[in-house]
Amino acid sequence: MCATCGCDSDAKVSIHRVGEAGLLNVENLTLTPLKEPIHVGTEKRDRKEITLEQDVLLKNNLLAERNRGYFLAKEILALNLVSSPGSGKTSLLERTLLDLRGTENFYVIEGDQQTSNDADRIAATHVPVVQINTGKGCHLDSEMISSAIQQLHPQNGSILFIENIGNLVCPAMFDLGEQKRVVIISVTEGDDKPIKYPDMFQSSQLCIINKIDLLPYLKCDLDKLKQYARRVNPTMEFIELSCTTGEGLSQWYDWLKKEKLQEQSMLV
Amino acid sequence: MHEFSIVMSIVETAEEKVKEHHAHSVESIDLVIGDLAGVDSHALDFAWESAVKNTVLQTAKRNIIHLAARAKCLECDCEFEIKELFDGCPLCGEPLLQIMQGKELQIKSMILN
Repeated sequence: MCATCGCDSDAKVSIHRVGEAGLLNVENLTLTPLKEPIHVGTEKRDRKEITLEQDVLLKNNLLAERNRGYFLAKEILALNLVSSPGSGKTSLLERTLLDLRGTENFYVIEGDQQTSNDADRIAATHVPVVQINTGKGCHLDSEMISSAIQQLHPQNGSILFIENIGNLVCPAMFDLGEQKRVVIISVTEGDDKPIKYPDMFQSSQLCIINKIDLLPYLKCDLDKLKQYARRVNPTMEFIELSCTTGEGLSQWYDWLKKEKLQEQSMLV
Repeated sequence: MHEFSIVMSIVETAEEKVKEHHAHSVESIDLVIGDLAGVDSHALDFAWESAVKNTVLQTAKRNIIHLAARAKCLECDCEFEIKELFDGCPLCGEPLLQIMQGKELQIKSMILN
């Protein structure tokens, strides 16, 4: 069943390795098992009231905690990158993977509704990458990440980037088991994004402001943008950068190193 | 439109409970949804209609208990009703808040047949 409108098309999630080894282990997860029609009978049955008080997203949250435990035990820094489409998530990843090549072990999980275009770009940097295509789905969930990890086999002490679906609404609700959520906003999107999409900015710990080389051509007030973001999340950290000119990237790399050290010190 | 995923999670839990209690279907289901849970009621209605087809929830009556959101200012301890995540404290204006209530998204109870 379609994950957006419930139409009867067989929307399937596909998770596959992209890169040198080509298409490995294509796995199809059917989002909803097809159910036999339930016919309400006429026979009298006992009524029974059951109290659950159960979180609707309990399963996702439990599996997210399992992923988090896996990352912690293996000292892997897992980051969930979220943004609207076109903010430059993949460009930031490409640049990061090339600039820091040889200094860290990186792995990438790419989430998109369709195509492996982004995973192909990552594979060109020779970093192991798994593409998740959600079909009609608008977000990644912890089960998809769990399956993707089983294909990636990330090494101990590595850094795993999870590039979520470009969408500032739905991915906010789904914990993937990441240590930190990084929201990326480009200056072309307008400075009031944080209060238009407060859930995403509230649940993120770092806000990367991308494409700052375009600031001279735009009416985007960075102070205002940060003020808005702090209204939703007073402890938010900010890094301003440009993947095109390279300005500010060293701050991002320092942040990654700091976070990785923190991750390792949690086990001591 | 993550509401569809949410309804699918509810369907999955309902199917499990019906099986566990050797029941046949769900007569009614009570959900608790906080005002800051990030769930849009219209989107939920739309998703519900199509997602429950041919499941144990097909004929179930759905009751939604809405919870108003409440926050506490971490600067001055004032407790107040919060409408939006970017609302500051009405007394001191500080944005440093703890959300006390309103993020809930729960299946409270079900009546099984």
